[in-house]
Amino acid sequence: MPAMNIIQALNSAMDVLLERDPDVVVFGEDAGYFGGVFKATDKLQDKYGLDRVFDTPINEAAIAGMAVGMAAKGLKPIAEIQFADYIFPAIDQIVSEMSRIRYRSAGQFTAGCVVRAPWGGGIRGGQTHSMSPEAFFTHVPGLQVVVPSNPYDAKGLLIAALESGDPVIFFEPKRIYNGPFDGVPDTPLKSWAKHAKGEVPEGHYTVELGKAEVVREGEACTVLAYGTLVHVAQAAAEASGIDAEIIDLKTLAPYDIETIAQSVNKTGRVVVAQEAPRTSGFAAELAAQIQEECFYALEAPIFRLTGWDIPYPHAHEWAYFPTRDRFARAMKTVTEA
Amino acid sequence: MSNGQSRFHVPTPPYRPGDEPDFTHLDLQKAGAAPRPDPAVGWEETRDLATGLVGVLDHNHQAVGAWNPELSAEVLREGLSHMVLTRIYDERMLKLQRQGKMSFYMKSTGEEAVAVAAAMALKPTDMVFPSYRQQGILFARGRNIVDMMCHCISNSRDNLKGRQLPVHYTWAEGSFFTISGNLGTQFPQAAGYAMACAYKGEDQIAASWIGDGTTAEGDFHAGLTLASTYRAPVIFNVVNNQWAISSNQNIARGDAPTFAAKGLGYGLASIRADGNDFLAVYAATQWAAERARQGKGATLLELFTYRGDAHSTSDDPTKYRPKTEYDRWPLGDPIERLKQHLIGMDEWDEDRHAKLEEQMTALVVKSYKEAESHGTLHEGPLSPTESIFEDVYAKPDWRLRRQRQDLGV
Repeated sequence: MPAMNIIQALNSAMDVLLERDPDVVVFGEDAGYFGGVFKATDKLQDKYGLDRVFDTPINEAAIAGMAVGMAAKGLKPIAEIQFADYIFPAIDQIVSEMSRIRYRSAGQFTAGCVVRAPWGGGIRGGQTHSMSPEAFFTHVPGLQVVVPSNPYDAKGLLIAALESGDPVIFFEPKRIYNGPFDGVPDTPLKSWAKHAKGEVPEGHYTVELGKAEVVREGEACTVLAYGTLVHVAQAAAEASGIDAEIIDLKTLAPYDIETIAQSVNKTGRVVVAQEAPRTSGFAAELAAQIQEECFYALEAPIFRLTGWDIPYPHAHEWAYFPTRDRFARAMKTVTEA
Repeated sequence: MSNGQSRFHVPTPPYRPGDEPDFTHLDLQKAGAAPRPDPAVGWEETRDLATGLVGVLDHNHQAVGAWNPELSAEVLREGLSHMVLTRIYDERMLKLQRQGKMSFYMKSTGEEAVAVAAAMALKPTDMVFPSYRQQGILFARGRNIVDMMCHCISNSRDNLKGRQLPVHYTWAEGSFFTISGNLGTQFPQAAGYAMACAYKGEDQIAASWIGDGTTAEGDFHAGLTLASTYRAPVIFNVVNNQWAISSNQNIARGDAPTFAAKGLGYGLASIRADGNDFLAVYAATQWAAERARQGKGATLLELFTYRGDAHSTSDDPTKYRPKTEYDRWPLGDPIERLKQHLIGMDEWDEDRHAKLEEQMTALVVKSYKEAESHGTLHEGPLSPTESIFEDVYAKPDWRLRRQRQDLGV
């Protein structure tokens, strides 16, 4: 199996989808000829032509609205929003339209499509290139929200997302596009080639939506993470020697309550992690659900490890980011409580 | 004090309650005066059409000029019949809303031609993305009236399972997209749909409608940008009915000469037509549809009309505009004008018209009785309660399954 980074895996997923189904189209700002600012759609226009992989005007509402209209006609659009931070001009089309077409038409029309967006920080992107806006979308009935954490999952989840027939907001942790990150500021980039999930099959396969994965078994506490922080959590467990059970959520809407509850009932101690600001973040949903589900198994207050309630800083990025050391402290807090 | 010449400007309507409306200042091109270019011309050739007014029926109700679509009397009578039905249906539904039979209603009084003539000029398979005031399309496309009513009274036979406010129809079988209450979202969607038609190499086109007020929304510009960039086979209709609830059209138009003129900046063919002239709406739509099918892209049509009644059952127009304004409207009433045209052709008379009205009234009354036999919003039966958890996704996930259990249904 070839080694791929996340970008290559996403590219491969779109290649597979375009190859198999003439109704699949890929578009976004700079996504055509140039292959996207992160190169996720590299060479796809060459291979499939101008009408299947194309550039769009810089108008995210147009991109999302066009996807809805195309899906109504039976196409399967994969739309790229250049940065998750730029998704807000499309919010009405996504929240009021895309998510509800099936519902409000009682199934007469559907809007199956994928909206991909590079997401998260740790890349010195400042406040407009670092956001993790997943909670805006997990709050919306009718949307599925996916955040992969490695090349194998990125490809399998993207294929599953488009094949689900319902709209999926697909957030890509850009910090780990080219290699996993241990959450220690300014460590040199590691390669996916040495990671088990860096092995990616060439052809078609799917990773089931709504299923989490225990990426590290442990007894001391449960850590729930997604995207970049899955790797930071793993690094923290290794560095601190705390025997944490780490769960990669992969899909946030709907999240895999079964896998989560099973682990929490075993450990009784939980860290829920997100890079987004703290208040009303997705970690709050997880914490609330866990206390409903596993209250009598809990041995300690649920710890929310998050970004701060501030815009993502530029110069002080690492003061904001839930680093390996903050993770280790969080794990220590819940295990010692 | 500053010496600046700039003064903050907020447009006001020409008339407010108590004023004597007078529309003689409107510089409206005479019916028959506008030239009709070939539908394949460059957008530049439509400059004058965007600020003029395409009209066919003159003040004597004669069809004149290059835009006359020369429809048979039979087609004209069909159009008249759909418009009469639309108006009677609206009147009846308003009354029923006042009686508490439905939560909300929106009439299209005075704007019947905008929907009916357009629908008749399109192919029945062309996908329409209407706003909430084009119910005339449904009549023109032969939608079952009982089904429309069942939707409006949200009963057990509502094809939308009680999920939408009344008049927010959906009818996939009739190529009628699901209506949104959020304004303007249908423009980029219609562009996307039209792009998909072109992508698939099909002859089908899309058409969408918004009001004058909605042209201020970003999605208006998003839709026009898409259509221009990708030469999408779509018709964008701006129904300028002069009022966006209580805001006059000048709040959205600003100092632009017309709404149609806004299309020129996008390099789109742009035409303003008399929206109360059945033949003009038909002809302009036919022109735009032909242009779209020839691969020449989108057209922005402004249909110049007047909202004859309230925005919805939730507002009282006498609070913000003169009661007499509609009577003074210089472009008359679309039904009366087509009726007089047919009478002038010796193809219609007052008797037949009265009979048509009777017939349509009887149809509406009878249909409502049948609709009510399937329930009403307040007395039921409604769609099954558990259906609120359906169609959120293709398959409900654990959250919806649990929440349905929590509700006990």
